[in-house]
Amino acid sequence: MRRGPSLFNVTAVALGLAFLYLPIAVLVIYSFNASRLVTIWGGWSLHWYRALMQDTAMVQAAWQSLRIAALSATAATVLGTLSAVALTRYGAFRGRLLFSGMVYAPLVMPEVITGLSLLLLFVALGIDRGFWTVAAAHTTLTMCFVTVIVHSRLVGFDRGLEEAAMDLGCPPLRTFLTITLPLIAPAIAAGWMLAFALSLDDLVIASFTTGPGATTLPIRIYSEVRLGVKPEVNAICTIMIAIVAFGTIVSSLLAKRGAVRREREAALGAAV
Amino acid sequence: MAGGAADKPVLVRFDGVVKRFGVVTAVDRVTLDIAQGEFFALLGPSGCGKTTLLRMLAGFETPSEGEILISGHEISAVPPHKRPVNMMFQSYALFPHLTVEGNIGFGLRQEKVGRAEIAVRVEDMLALVRLKGYGKRRIDQLSGGQRQRVALARALIKKPRVLLLDEPLAALDKKLRAETQFELMELQRKLGTTFVIVTHDQEEAMIVADRIAVMDQGRLAQVGKPSEIYERPNSRWIADFIGEVSLIEGTVSQTDTIATALGPLLIEESAAKAGDKVCLALRPEKIRLSEQRPAGLEINALAGTVHEIGYRGDISLYKVRLADRSLMKVALANIGGPPPFAVNDVVWLSWAPTAGVVLTR
Ligand SMILES: Nc1ncnc2c1ncn2[C@@H]1O[C@H](COP(=O)(O)OP(=O)(O)OP(=O)(O)O)[C@@H](O)[C@H]1O
Ligand SMILES: [Mg+2]
Repeated sequence: MRRGPSLFNVTAVALGLAFLYLPIAVLVIYSFNASRLVTIWGGWSLHWYRALMQDTAMVQAAWQSLRIAALSATAATVLGTLSAVALTRYGAFRGRLLFSGMVYAPLVMPEVITGLSLLLLFVALGIDRGFWTVAAAHTTLTMCFVTVIVHSRLVGFDRGLEEAAMDLGCPPLRTFLTITLPLIAPAIAAGWMLAFALSLDDLVIASFTTGPGATTLPIRIYSEVRLGVKPEVNAICTIMIAIVAFGTIVSSLLAKRGAVRREREAALGAAV
Repeated sequence: MAGGAADKPVLVRFDGVVKRFGVVTAVDRVTLDIAQGEFFALLGPSGCGKTTLLRMLAGFETPSEGEILISGHEISAVPPHKRPVNMMFQSYALFPHLTVEGNIGFGLRQEKVGRAEIAVRVEDMLALVRLKGYGKRRIDQLSGGQRQRVALARALIKKPRVLLLDEPLAALDKKLRAETQFELMELQRKLGTTFVIVTHDQEEAMIVADRIAVMDQGRLAQVGKPSEIYERPNSRWIADFIGEVSLIEGTVSQTDTIATALGPLLIEESAAKAGDKVCLALRPEKIRLSEQRPAGLEINALAGTVHEIGYRGDISLYKVRLADRSLMKVALANIGGPPPFAVNDVVWLSWAPTAGVVLTR
């Protein structure tokens, strides 16, 4: 067998990465463009970031998005963790298949359908659309992702630890809080980060469920771009990319750290 | 049922306990008394239900039938965290996010014992299991033997009425295991706590325990002192399971003789009646080997050829082929000098009538 990548491998990887990241790179670079015209390079500048700060509508939309993301990610993390616990801990309870199917359905459901059905629901119930409806919609969207992440951690969790705690006089709920929760915390944190990032970049569901005064950042950007691309949009997109990239990296590091520690424990367990 | 528990008060009583997992019957009608202060071993092959029996006592499984009593009280309604028993888990189940001190003190913290007292008692425990100075370490910074002792200290700190140990030494190497066995016995004498140990190592059970219950497919096969189980097994299965044994099939012809394929053999008078099909069990160390037929009529003697010699250091195990092609095991202590017999030598086996055990089951 040949060692090292062949020319073909290198080219394939380079083309693949270019396909994925070239547009983003162009966007990031043009956000530092001094020129007013989006397609013509006029030298480096932070002009559009300064202009962005003046654009109150845009800043407000960003703030709105961050608040919605934080709230819905938190709610989704609590609910998602609870459903992961139910799925792993209560064995083959009645309706388990139905429950897991319902929890995981939003993973594959087209967003347009989720958005539309939520819209119909809110209208039917006569709920004013705005901040809270978007947050609720994002919670339903992201909860299943949290469930997937936390569930995978709980499956590998040694129940013996919980039994040991109870054997030593710790009641079940306290056992969950003092033993289980700290040990699955990395997965929960990773789930929160992912939910946050998903909420932040959702356009479809938000545009179905939002109302006046609760414009999220993606909606704002989309409507601006329809009137012509302004360089400020490049700037705000760059900031969002930075936030999402940061969240993704931290969440994958957290998940990886948990996995590494589990492996180390397993290795030590096997060595003794 | 055999056993010497009559002199001490009964602490734990299993009364007709059955545990089924779906179609599998893991524990089948177990009735058993464990006395106060006893070192009791549950011994049996893999999958015979030892762990299940222990887990029912700890409260992690509920019996399908029957009752479990501690000091005369039925405990099926008591949840695990309120039972006066503590368990040392086979995998140790130490909390990876706590230090050694955090692990050992965990049980006391659940009882709202004061910080100062916890610190003192944790130190005592560390001293007891010879881990002084290790309190601040993380669990993944300990060796296997050290973890085992942390697990032991954690289970002992609440001074349980019964300490349950599920194969506590399985993960240790042979030498450390032997040392730890003696430490456990010493600890048990010192504390006077009732220990119930699960093991599938028969040697370990015989060394540490006052009494042993041998289990087979969920049932109790025999309960008794180690010497009773070794010297007076009550069935072929037990004789074969505990230690080395040679079995000779035969039929009782007179009260003190059985007819076998190897000719008549003298036995101790037993309960078996003439005509009963029985089995004579002989331990290898109770048989003598000699070049000539030994003198005397009140002795059993058979000729054979040495088939194989297994050297074990302290003893050598000879397999001797007899007239009917069967193999008998004979153990000789290695007392120095050249080996007395070689493969293919013709030898005589002899044993006293009292050396064998007549088994009817
Ligand atoms: N939770 C369970 N569900 C179904 N079957 C089980 C369960 N726990 C144990 N069993 C079955 O019950 C039987 C006894 O198991 P148990 O763990 O008590 O065996 P053991 O004597 O401790 O064996 P080992 O020496 O291998 O630990 C086995 O056949 C096992 O497969
Ligand atoms: Mg077991």
